[in-house]
Amino acid sequence: MTEYEPVIGLEVHAELLTESKMFCGCPVVDSTSAPPNTAVCPVCLGMPGVLPVINQKAVEFAIMVGLALNCEIPEENQFARKSYFYPDLPKGYQISQYDLPLAVNGHVDIDLPDGSTKRIHVRRAHLEEDTGKSTHMSDGSSLIDLNRAGVPLLEIVSEPEIRSAEEAEAYARKLRSIMQYLGVNTGDMSKGVLRLEANVSVRPKGSAELRTRTEVKNLNSIRSLTRATDYEIERQSKVYDKGGQVLQQTMGWDENKQKTVPQRSKESAHDYRYFPEPDLPVLKISREWIEEIRAGMPELPDAKQKRFIEELGLSSYNASVLVADRPVAQYFEEAVSAGGDPTTVANWVIGEIFRLMNKDSLEREAINTIKIRPTQLVALIQLIENGTINNNVAKSVLEVMYESGAAPEQIVKDRNLALVSDTDQLREAVIAALNNHPKEVERYIAGEEKLIGFLIGQVMRSMGNKAPAHVVKEILAEELKSRA
Amino acid sequence: MLNKLTLSDARGKLQAGEITAVELTQAHLDYIKTLDDQIKAYITVTEEQALEMAAKADKRLQAGEKTPLLGIPMAIKDVLCTEGVQTTCASRLLEGFRPPYTGTAVQRLFDAGAVMLGKTNTDEFAMGSSTENSGFFTTHNPWNTNRVPGGSSGGSAAAVAAHMAMGGLGTDTGGSVRAPGAFCGIVALKPSYGLVSRYGLIAFASSLDSIGCFGRSVEDVADILQVMAGYDSKDSTSYHTDIPDYKARLQDGVKGLKIGLPREYFIEGVQPATEKAVRAAINHLASLGAEIVEVSLPHTEYALPTYYLVATAEASANLARYDGVRFGVRKSSGDGLWPMYKATRGQGFGAEVKRRIMLGTFVLSAGYYDAYYLKAQKVRTLIKDDFEKAFEAVDVIAAPTMPTTAFKIGEKSKDPLEMYLTDVFTLPSSLAGICGLSVPCGFDEDNLPIGLQILGPFMQETKILQVAAAYEYSTEWHHHEPALP
Repeated sequence: MTEYEPVIGLEVHAELLTESKMFCGCPVVDSTSAPPNTAVCPVCLGMPGVLPVINQKAVEFAIMVGLALNCEIPEENQFARKSYFYPDLPKGYQISQYDLPLAVNGHVDIDLPDGSTKRIHVRRAHLEEDTGKSTHMSDGSSLIDLNRAGVPLLEIVSEPEIRSAEEAEAYARKLRSIMQYLGVNTGDMSKGVLRLEANVSVRPKGSAELRTRTEVKNLNSIRSLTRATDYEIERQSKVYDKGGQVLQQTMGWDENKQKTVPQRSKESAHDYRYFPEPDLPVLKISREWIEEIRAGMPELPDAKQKRFIEELGLSSYNASVLVADRPVAQYFEEAVSAGGDPTTVANWVIGEIFRLMNKDSLEREAINTIKIRPTQLVALIQLIENGTINNNVAKSVLEVMYESGAAPEQIVKDRNLALVSDTDQLREAVIAALNNHPKEVERYIAGEEKLIGFLIGQVMRSMGNKAPAHVVKEILAEELKSRA
Repeated sequence: MLNKLTLSDARGKLQAGEITAVELTQAHLDYIKTLDDQIKAYITVTEEQALEMAAKADKRLQAGEKTPLLGIPMAIKDVLCTEGVQTTCASRLLEGFRPPYTGTAVQRLFDAGAVMLGKTNTDEFAMGSSTENSGFFTTHNPWNTNRVPGGSSGGSAAAVAAHMAMGGLGTDTGGSVRAPGAFCGIVALKPSYGLVSRYGLIAFASSLDSIGCFGRSVEDVADILQVMAGYDSKDSTSYHTDIPDYKARLQDGVKGLKIGLPREYFIEGVQPATEKAVRAAINHLASLGAEIVEVSLPHTEYALPTYYLVATAEASANLARYDGVRFGVRKSSGDGLWPMYKATRGQGFGAEVKRRIMLGTFVLSAGYYDAYYLKAQKVRTLIKDDFEKAFEAVDVIAAPTMPTTAFKIGEKSKDPLEMYLTDVFTLPSSLAGICGLSVPCGFDEDNLPIGLQILGPFMQETKILQVAAAYEYSTEWHHHEPALP
């Protein structure tokens, strides 16, 4: 059977977190919650006679992203009209960029789970305005909300160098993380401020041809990206295995059915009739402005990761996971500055906290919304370190913290989970266990030393797991010695 | 009749308290009622609003304010947005459309105390040269009601020529102010691209559109321009420049100025009476001390195709918003989106608008863009270079505004190409973005007015006004009046 190699390119649409829209003074609002058609004006409604004015902040944000993606920022760039008819596109054209985009020829390095890194090239990033939102009603009518129309949107297009769903995920996470660090996008895919499209094709491994690709849309989370990409790779491979042909079409990811389904195309072949936007002069970006913007940029994930490894002694895997989402890195850094040992904190976050969040299908970036505060995590770790509880108990305490937000000390106290530190009490339990198992004691003395484990277990059980194992072992050894 | 006063006389009487703005406005409104059934200059007469504006102007006049347009009744072309007042672009599709805002240039006039009498007829979306393409009715030339007033700003030009307004606003994309100015025997000025904000001008071709003005004297248009001109942060193509006093050089004469005659504008096909009048005007300027120099604008013959590629391409996108979704007229039988689009646009737009949308859509299509639109933009640069080169040698350029005087209604409306050809002398300067005006310079054998076109370098309005004023002050043409009741 043929082994296939996926060829994947990603298009990332990111709304920029400016106060006002791309070409007018309307505020940028949360389009999932604001009352429809309230953040609108004649300009973003496309009323007759209005003209666009470029939002300089949006350009600045876009340049920041371009620089973070190691792009060239050409001195001249130009907006262009992209024409098509749809009710949520008020002017009948979208002001976008075509042959002179804001940023070109960049790259990002992504970390893969096997510890390797791979460079993915970024073809271009261009600024445009978002469209409104259409809601199709069951009676066949459609409702249009133009709050989102005109919100600055940055489209980032990768080269088709991604070779697996895993790489696609790493690339998407990296881009999202960079934009979160820059403070230009929240990365909240559930609100649609970050939208992904994957262009997927497969070819026989070793071949250099580019086969027909499908465009996979409706990816509402990074998880959907991974699953949809995997599904599409599998689907196309099967089509070729059966001697079929992959059709060039737009596929939508059906979250419920966990499969890609062909979307009905609005027009068979779009001809967007791009031409330079005559209402806007060529946008000149001076080298001085670029340097000013560069100087004001915050620490980016790559630099932070390096610092975590070199200064905090984290493994490169832990460091890469922690920096991937800015809220996670912030969480981690808060815990460390509250006195937590970096590696221990990292292990708890990546292990237990992510496990609990995963159970609730929470994205990692939602870590700043969970009830366990970084200082509480540190307090929990200190309870282990000072011998108040052991690791296993700590895990169950963490679960309670996750559910209730209570302080770990309080949970340990309320539920009486602290380890017994009274050696007389422990010795009593040890003696009772030895008395209850004379045969095993005899065998131990006869040289069957592995039975110590059994005996420790008996003591622990009688203590309801609240005995510090190393102390129990010490006392056991003493008592057994005295019986020899 | 107060409406027959010259603007400067009316201003004098207003400021002296001899008449009120309300009286002046009422006189115009009354005259519109008498005459406009024959001329059909106005789509909407804003009587109530006009009287309110006049009353406000009177308060300012009483307070001693002496600004040039305070209390002066004016006509506004119906492609300029006016808040709450129907603005149609003479299109059936925009019937009943009331913009939620007033455009910058009109607002500046309002702030200066000008009184809006109403919104005037135009070719639909300013696409035409005769005002016959209006979706509502044809405007008639006050000099001869069987003739067109020129276009597209024919309504404002006819209103000013017929004393139904003391001044007017038009828009000029390829000659739409200068042409009706010439046909109606008044002064018409098209400013340099970017001098007057386009915010609120309903776009036909964004890179060419400019708001111009009409007056019955050179001084009048200078006054109107003075109010409208200047940078506007709402228009990114608006030009940052200090605004000069446009009347500063009106008395300076033409002695020592070099006036260029472009040989490409004195060609076969120009009506003999027009050529004769224009040559006489140029001789007159020479007699006033100007030096006449022949110049060449070699790419003139490419202006027409270039214009119709650039303008229609831009128009095809600019007019995409008229889809029946948010404003204007919606034609729908409830059978879906595309049928609604098709019915709305199919029934709402007139033939010429559809023709230009189709042409523009075609030239921007994949595979044709380079051959048409891109090539046209390159030729446009050559045309611009022609003027720049010419202006190295001369101060202004003089030529006929139109190849002929006003033609008969219906004479060219069946043949779009013949209609397009009437704009050959105004298109090149529109493509170059420079300023130009038309000033009356005679009459043909049918007593139809002839316009002398004066073109100046980018942002050199003062120069063309200076030359036009020198001509006007020493001639009598602007005193001629159409025979009106």
